[in-house]
Amino acid sequence: MGIRIALAGNPNCGKTTLFNALTGSNQFVGNWPGVTVEYKEGTYIHDKDVKIVDLPGIYSLSPYTLEEVVARNYLVDEKPEAIINVVDGTNIERNLYLTTQVVELGIPVVIAINMMDVVEKKGDIIYTDALSKEIGVPVIEISALKNTGMEKVVAAAVEVAKEAKPQNPKHNFGGAVEHALAHIEELCLHNLEDENLQRWYSIKLFERDEKIQEKLGLLAETVHHIEKDITSCEQEMDDDSESIITNERYNYITSIIDKCVYKAHRGISVSDKIDHIVTHRIFALPIFALVMFIVYYVTVTTIGTACTDWVNEGLFGDGWNWFGNPDKFQPGIPVLIEQALDAMNCNDMVKALVLDGIVAGVGAVLGFVPQIFVLFAFLAFLEACGYMSRVAFIMDRIFRKIGLSGKSFIPMLVSTGCGVPGIMASRTIENDRDRKMTIMTTTFIPCSAKLPFIAMIAGAIFGGAAWVAPAAYFLGICAVIISGLILKKSRLFVGDVSPFVMELPPYHWPPIGNVLRSMWERGWSFIKKAGTIIFLSTIVVWFLTFFGPTPDGFRMLEDSEIGMSLLAKIGGLISWIFIPLGFGHWEAAVATLTGLVAKENIVGTLAIIYGVSGDTYQNIANAFSPAAGFAFMAFNLLCAPCFAAMGAIKREMNNAKWFWIAVGYQCGFAWLVALIIYQLGELLNGAAFGIGSLCGLAAIGVLAYFVGRKSHNKK
Amino acid sequence: MKTLRDIKVGGTAKVVKINGEGAIKRRIMDMGITKGVEIYVRKMAPLGDPMEITVRGYELAFRKADAEMIIVE
Repeated sequence: MGIRIALAGNPNCGKTTLFNALTGSNQFVGNWPGVTVEYKEGTYIHDKDVKIVDLPGIYSLSPYTLEEVVARNYLVDEKPEAIINVVDGTNIERNLYLTTQVVELGIPVVIAINMMDVVEKKGDIIYTDALSKEIGVPVIEISALKNTGMEKVVAAAVEVAKEAKPQNPKHNFGGAVEHALAHIEELCLHNLEDENLQRWYSIKLFERDEKIQEKLGLLAETVHHIEKDITSCEQEMDDDSESIITNERYNYITSIIDKCVYKAHRGISVSDKIDHIVTHRIFALPIFALVMFIVYYVTVTTIGTACTDWVNEGLFGDGWNWFGNPDKFQPGIPVLIEQALDAMNCNDMVKALVLDGIVAGVGAVLGFVPQIFVLFAFLAFLEACGYMSRVAFIMDRIFRKIGLSGKSFIPMLVSTGCGVPGIMASRTIENDRDRKMTIMTTTFIPCSAKLPFIAMIAGAIFGGAAWVAPAAYFLGICAVIISGLILKKSRLFVGDVSPFVMELPPYHWPPIGNVLRSMWERGWSFIKKAGTIIFLSTIVVWFLTFFGPTPDGFRMLEDSEIGMSLLAKIGGLISWIFIPLGFGHWEAAVATLTGLVAKENIVGTLAIIYGVSGDTYQNIANAFSPAAGFAFMAFNLLCAPCFAAMGAIKREMNNAKWFWIAVGYQCGFAWLVALIIYQLGELLNGAAFGIGSLCGLAAIGVLAYFVGRKSHNKK
Repeated sequence: MKTLRDIKVGGTAKVVKINGEGAIKRRIMDMGITKGVEIYVRKMAPLGDPMEITVRGYELAFRKADAEMIIVE
């Protein structure tokens, strides 16, 4: 029979490094069902009967965060044969807090004290034998980074798993609490299926853990009964039951730390020195700006873009020259496939499907890959070295005003280049609520693909006025702020209030293998999960654009015949939606639809539609009034982003409902903003006050109401 | 009543009580801020908030608004 070993430990305790060292490349990475929390499992490199499950990094087993609930549900319901509790030896006091909870689950536990190399360097001593005796479980010293003690810890875990002796915690909570716990066990836990869980459940019931009450299906009468035990204990200890337990745990830890750990006198560490400069009152912001500039510059403007351009124009374009040598020309994939299809005498329709549909679809997915990989390498490095927490520390004050996290800065910054990596960068935000809000708002920032479109509107309608592009950015930033204010008060994010209490881990140089692995996992998950949706939608839109009923029957169309395409028909059907926004004609609707494939397509589509005869810019200017043109631009900047970004949203939300909420919100918000711009723009331009103007004012009222209303979060 | 917010940078304080309830209180206490523990205020963020403290041998960032929940002496 196989043995499952769960790795449990605090964030930053080196769990990931240990997991990678134990499993090598035999890993499976996914999500826990229905949530965005990462699930990792792997096979032990020295024994394929041993499966290792990496639980999310957690500080506690409370019912309040997603990660903690996921972890404890796994431990209680799946009952792995053993738990390796990874404890950071340099931060042992707080790390043991989780240990006191893990040993209550009745599952055999082994403690792995990690970072022993650092502990020794500091001159601290951890008496593992004494610690083992106090807690009642084997304690093994390891260093995941230096790869020492690895086999020993797994061997110990396998041994306790084979013994299958239920774990009994050695600590107790003092007279009054133990009295109440005994009562609770007697009242409602004497006929548990798994007796080993009695202790755990009784403590959770004492803490009034609603998730456990629900799970055990207690009668109201029983709950009422134990409530009396709890309140009398609370009166005696003058605190609420949850806090009593937490206090008792830490008191217990303090008592064993005194016996088992010797701490050398602390000087100022290198990490302290770094931190002194990096979060310095004056230097912090310039350093921050520099780091962000490097991330942005490398990801968006140099390496990332160079690779993306190469994929788009070389690999999936005409071709490229090896090492820039004009003699060594390598034709691109579409060219090669075209040659192959020609050689097979394929008919034109199949050829177009393969080249313009499928190959272009794959290209659209892969085009983002280099940029994403570069970005993820940076993010993994910033996270692992400890700077990411400082980013949140430095930026928190600005972002929390609009309901976002300090870490939302990076997604927003990256989104000025491309929304896809921007959305994916939101992964570094642990708080579920902050992360979702960041995903929903980050694509409001104009990305580089929107720039040609902005330039076109500026050139065609506003005579190339210099204010249009800054106005577009201003609009994007305002959209983020207003949306933040609206969303943080909405029912969607109710009940998720969590304090900003964040560990600032010591700086350290991360193992390069971890950085690369994290980059690969995240990049690959983009290709897999987001790739499908991008690929399919690109093909569908291609079909709709190039096929349509013509006077000589349903057939494939030339570029210039876009007016007869199915897409134009659909555009005609939905164009009424845009009438109040001033651009209720099929041309604008079609441009918006092709913009979903990629925002820069809007430019191409408009050029085709308005370029059939005469001057394109003049034709566009004739079709849109200035107010309508600006509203059209605003709508396309703010509405649902391109399919690639929508794929990323779907991937990151990992939940169909939240995906539609995000896209629906973006479209609705864009519509309202465009309505306001058009109606008030016309009014300012001297149009008579009418029903439309009234609607525009009403839309401002609606937004103002949602921004200013009372929060659902406050009790 | 003195709260953690009133402690100046470089100052140390002993926790007497934690106000509030539910998730917020639990989270603060889970991180090791319990009755009787010593807290050292290391620094303020460049923009004046949050604050960085040392508790139980490690560093923690804390918003001033949340710091008001912690009564110290």
